[in-house]
Amino acid sequence: MSVPGAATARTAEPSNYLNAEYSIKSWFLTLDHKRIGLLYLAGLTFFFTLGGLFAVLIRLELLTPEGDLFQSETYNKLFTMHGIFMVFFFLLPSIPAVLGNFFLPLMIGARDLAFPKLNLLSWYIYMVGGLFTLYAMVAGGVDTGWTFYTPYSSVYANSHVIAAALGIFISGFSSILTGVNFIATIHTMRAPGLTWFRMPLFVWAHYATSLIMVLGTPVIAITIVLVAIERLFGVGIFDPAKGGDPILFQHLFWFYSHPAVYIMILPGMGVISEIVACFSRKRIFGYHIIAMSSLAIAVLGFLVWGHHMFVSGQSIYAGILFSLLSMLVAIPSAIKVFNWTATLYRGSIRFDTPMLYTLGFIGLFTIGGLTGIFLASLAVDVHVHDTYFIVAHFHYVMVGGMVMAYLGGLHFYWPKMFGRLYPETLAKIAAVMIFVGFNLTFFPQFLLGYLGMPRRYHAYPEEFQVLNVLSTAGASILGLGFALPMGYLIWSLFRGKPAGNNPWGASGLEWQTQSPPISHNFDEVPIVTEEAYAYDTLRPPAAASPEQEEVLHV
Amino acid sequence: MFEDFSFFPEAASTVAGRVDAIYLFLVVVTIFFVGLISAALLIFSVRYRRGRGHAPEQVHGSIALEILWSAIPLLIVLFVFGWSAKVFFDVRTVPTEGMEVFVTGKQWMWKLQHPTGHREINSLHVPKGQAVILTMTSEDVIHDFYVPAFRVKQDVVPGMYSQLWFEATKTGTYHLFCAEYCGTKHSQMIGEIVVLEPAAYEAWLAGNPAGRNPVEAGKVLFENLRCATCHAAGSGQRGPDLAGRFGEQVRMRDGQTVIFDENYARQSILEPKSHIVAGFEELMPTYEGQVSEDEILQLIAYIKSLSTGDEEPK
Ligand code: HEC
Ligand SMILES: [Cu+2]
Ligand SMILES: [Cu+2]
Repeated sequence: MSVPGAATARTAEPSNYLNAEYSIKSWFLTLDHKRIGLLYLAGLTFFFTLGGLFAVLIRLELLTPEGDLFQSETYNKLFTMHGIFMVFFFLLPSIPAVLGNFFLPLMIGARDLAFPKLNLLSWYIYMVGGLFTLYAMVAGGVDTGWTFYTPYSSVYANSHVIAAALGIFISGFSSILTGVNFIATIHTMRAPGLTWFRMPLFVWAHYATSLIMVLGTPVIAITIVLVAIERLFGVGIFDPAKGGDPILFQHLFWFYSHPAVYIMILPGMGVISEIVACFSRKRIFGYHIIAMSSLAIAVLGFLVWGHHMFVSGQSIYAGILFSLLSMLVAIPSAIKVFNWTATLYRGSIRFDTPMLYTLGFIGLFTIGGLTGIFLASLAVDVHVHDTYFIVAHFHYVMVGGMVMAYLGGLHFYWPKMFGRLYPETLAKIAAVMIFVGFNLTFFPQFLLGYLGMPRRYHAYPEEFQVLNVLSTAGASILGLGFALPMGYLIWSLFRGKPAGNNPWGASGLEWQTQSPPISHNFDEVPIVTEEAYAYDTLRPPAAASPEQEEVLHV
Repeated sequence: MFEDFSFFPEAASTVAGRVDAIYLFLVVVTIFFVGLISAALLIFSVRYRRGRGHAPEQVHGSIALEILWSAIPLLIVLFVFGWSAKVFFDVRTVPTEGMEVFVTGKQWMWKLQHPTGHREINSLHVPKGQAVILTMTSEDVIHDFYVPAFRVKQDVVPGMYSQLWFEATKTGTYHLFCAEYCGTKHSQMIGEIVVLEPAAYEAWLAGNPAGRNPVEAGKVLFENLRCATCHAAGSGQRGPDLAGRFGEQVRMRDGQTVIFDENYARQSILEPKSHIVAGFEELMPTYEGQVSEDEILQLIAYIKSLSTGDEEPK
């Protein structure tokens, strides 16, 4: 996605971060958190599209029971690359890197993040990591699954494991740097009057996320290095033939990768809190509880990794303990869902696209969360572990939850980021398509999983075909749904109606500055005198829908 | 494509019904909560939509509600936890009596040995109504033995033994899947479990050639590999007498105690130096590389038989 040109149409407009400078250098060496956010947006969109294309190919192969479209080897590489790109290069960075980067300083009334150079560096690290993995793909691909289980990955696989793993290793540092930057920024750069419990929940969510990034990511980095050492030098770490322990890898991997799930979902929850409050014009219900539940999730999230290993050979008692802890981590998420729902009560609700995504998020995340209870239940997990039930569950959380929140957030903040409105009707159609397509794709997979279809199967028994056909049909709707925003959002950069500074009548410092914001965000350092979401003291936007928003565009 | 279509898998083992009960309970819980949330979203969306002209009412929250909607889910998950942990405990606790089958997974096939010496590849015949205990290992990467109709699954890990048991309750042919991704032909590492009436099972055994059974084969190996020179009772006792030892505690030279189980026996054969039994010297050579996974299983079967009394040492 590119932005220049947007500004030329508006030469009369006041200076902002987009038109402040035009040179290529001014983009690639920028220290402005907003521009860096857009650089991330470009990178993420690229990797999301790539990961999405792999998903299309996977679904096409699964249309028939025979493995007839690709060779098994190719199929295995497809789902591996789909997982790697989506998890490490889209979901993990997504909201923090784009919306967090762009809005965190604006929301706390700061001029930038605490370490702007570090911020730019983390984008470069992310891209270098991504390109390494891309190289692994072009050079022939990886076929270990995104989970890299040993000793397959460390000894037996003959694909480009090291290059791909190195890419992930490198991009991990980008995560760590972003986390450090956010934590420092939130601690030291809040505007006068912005106490901790006046911070928007988006900021709280990013704080919790950053803690996980900083504490968890080094573990995956070390794990990857150990796999590489075993693969390159034949040192026995995970391979039992050399005296290693294959299960050790799983402990290390999930010690990071379970908390990583919360790196992916917490920022989404932050976005949802903002949107719910804004579109029902109410203070969020249970502000403190939502804020604290993010921290509770961040802490508890580190204690449940063994639920991925109930059938791995881990002891029965370890299994029982991990099951109990996993049950507990469900509670803070449940609390959030109830609080968002309660926020609507006696609100004044408007259904613009961001709100549609939010309602979708609440419903789908609820299903994703509840099916998590199935998996935490030991005896049920024994049956559905490594089947399509798992695939369905985490897509409900990651796509139904996270991607919906990302898109909701992108639409919500788009007018602020670019000063232009996206076309509302088209956006609503896309949101509905994504919701319908998503459910049609992934709901049948719950049934498939309970029927016993294992995941990562290139060919499958015939009786599973009906549900697979439904799933593929859903995926085509979903694919179109995703393609639409990519088109109309780019279009809106040039042709979208001017948005005005605060088209949604939202509270929050980010809406008090100009759209698009000026390079240094605020002319005067804002002073905060109220809690977040003080919608009672705020005038609602004059018009019912931003399409008739002529009045407001000042 | 529609012939065998169904929404629910066949339930053909003693635990299947118990797992399904938890599953169905959770399905009801899920429908209830998703219904509740959706209904609330829908009703609020309609009643409080903008344009109906009322001003939003600011509510900060409610401690009573927060406690209520934390406590109710908490009680539900704790209940489900206890229930499913109980079933899990029974699924994972291997019964003392049963038909023992050895399973070796390798890229990309399953090799199975019956106690009678019958060998099968990618298929396993078992009698209905009898516990079948699988002792499993892998020759290469991690695989996973999964029989959906029985609701059981267990990883098959190189370098160690894992166990899985089931008791089939219905005759028929059921899928056997490898559920842990193991490389190129993972999806072809499949087979079938054929459950027969006990009489039919006997007939099947009789109608198929049997090799040496694992105990006999193990005994032959024990002699050919010269284990007997050190381990046979009364031969100057360079190594411990193995009779009557399986399942008992073993005291090590460093004071630790270890249970004499399959994994311990396996380690004694492959890495004898890792545990030295109290009162003995580090004399035993390693057999790493000299015996296959199948042969180790046979040796263990023989050592085990010395304790169960199936076979007396000479
Ligand atoms: C050169 C003599 C020797 C030979 C040959 C030998 N062992 Fe041993 N074995 C020992 C000694 C000595 C010990 C006890 C010290 C130790 O734990 O290493 C032992 C220990 C064991 C143990 C553990 C027993 C316990 O009481 O805890 C097992 C099991 C075993 N051997 C099996 C075998 C098998 C199977 C073979 C043949 C494949 C074999 N051994 C060959 C000398 C031998
Ligand atoms: Cu997890
Ligand atoms: Cu497999």
